[in-house]
Amino acid sequence: MNRHLISAGDLAKDDALLILDTAEELARVSERSIKKLPTLRGRTVVNLFFEDSTRTRISFEAAAKRLSADVINFSAKGSSVSKGESLKDTALTLEAMGADAVVIRHGSSGAPHRLANWVRGSVVNAGDGTHEHPTQALLDAFSMRRRLGNLEGRKVTIVGDVLHSRVARSNVLLLATLGAEVTLVAPPTLLPVSVGTWPCEVSYDLDSVLPKSDVVMMLRVQKERMNAAYFPSEREYSRRYGLDRERFAKMPDEAIVMHPGPMNRGMEIAAEVADSARSTIVEQVANGVTIRMAVLYLLLGGEIA
Amino acid sequence: MSKPAGADSRAVLEGPDIHRALTRIAHEILERTKGADDVVLLGIPTRGATLARRLGDRIERFEGVKIPVGTIDITMYRDDLRRGPVRPLGPTELPADGIDGKVVVLVDDVLYSGRTVRAALDALNDLGRPTAVQLATLVDRGHRELPIRADYVGKNLPTAKSEKVKVYLDEIDGRDAVLLMKGGTQ
Repeated sequence: MNRHLISAGDLAKDDALLILDTAEELARVSERSIKKLPTLRGRTVVNLFFEDSTRTRISFEAAAKRLSADVINFSAKGSSVSKGESLKDTALTLEAMGADAVVIRHGSSGAPHRLANWVRGSVVNAGDGTHEHPTQALLDAFSMRRRLGNLEGRKVTIVGDVLHSRVARSNVLLLATLGAEVTLVAPPTLLPVSVGTWPCEVSYDLDSVLPKSDVVMMLRVQKERMNAAYFPSEREYSRRYGLDRERFAKMPDEAIVMHPGPMNRGMEIAAEVADSARSTIVEQVANGVTIRMAVLYLLLGGEIA
Repeated sequence: MSKPAGADSRAVLEGPDIHRALTRIAHEILERTKGADDVVLLGIPTRGATLARRLGDRIERFEGVKIPVGTIDITMYRDDLRRGPVRPLGPTELPADGIDGKVVVLVDDVLYSGRTVRAALDALNDLGRPTAVQLATLVDRGHRELPIRADYVGKNLPTAKSEKVKVYLDEIDGRDAVLLMKGGTQ
């Protein structure tokens, strides 16, 4: 495996399967009464969060602590960054503190890649702009695999705001590596120009794709990133691309529903669909801790060159 | 990794020897634990897990009691993790009733420095509180680096530190044998 985890596209199939298999073993740790392993004792993991995030930061923090690493949380608010410190100077500060891994969430695409050139430790991308969020893709693949088994040939439909979604891009890249067939469904205004080069199909019609899907992943409409009118109204979006009860009924009986969270209930997903037994939304959170433990173990568990 | 046996290796135990040793250990466990009522066998992957299963089968055949058999992976508890590339994890599968209040017999293929057993004891500590922990090993090759000893030994095998002991088991390797390989360069 690489020293860093920047993009889901950097993972070869063997790497991806190793992470998923490692997570499978580590999942049992969450079920026991002492949810702690001594493996990363003495290692330091810095959570460097320039963007608001609750679940991802908490998830990485829980993962690092369950492996006995020391965790330093650094959020841009109230830090020297608000006084104008650059990413590079922040990186050098962390370097001086002896960070073995830096988990970075940043509003600009490519920030983790830059950071990787400045620090000696491993860099884990926890979401950069509209680019990538590889651990989310890994936990999604892990959640799918636990419900459905092997992903080879499985049909995964990703619906919604692909344009602003780092989750969609990472998922497309990882799922293609794992042999699943991905279809993106979105209004044309919410698809990036480059989507033609992605290893997936594209459709504008959710109703025709649903009956052939093993997995339907709903994306959040990211209003905070929308600086233009991408669709006429929320109601119209919801009617054409929302997963409501009628659409849910069109899915095959064993098909599952996923959402990376946070959800807009009633907009991209109806409450009763989100709460159904075929929804993995709560599992995804638990699996997030497990998969991040696997990533941290595989990056930091051995000899560090 | 497991190179085929060359000219500088010799078999110290063959299939029938391993069978007899395991049969004797199974009887010893029954004797020492007075019928193996509360015994749980935990094998250390990979080959210890296979040996634990064989011991469990034997005990069931001899006394008609089915004793719980599981596996305990010690990778995350090793003291040499930082001395090499990251290691893949093995399975930890505890019996449904857990290990609290049980007599746990750890099973491994080769007892050497004792560090694996030390790691297994730490792992057990996080999994429950057995009333006692015992250790069974197919081969004890000496050179302990920690105050650890086995309760049940298949064969005591005097070795030099430069030598290597390799256990082959039918379920994994297609044959039963224990080989002693002359040490070359480290």
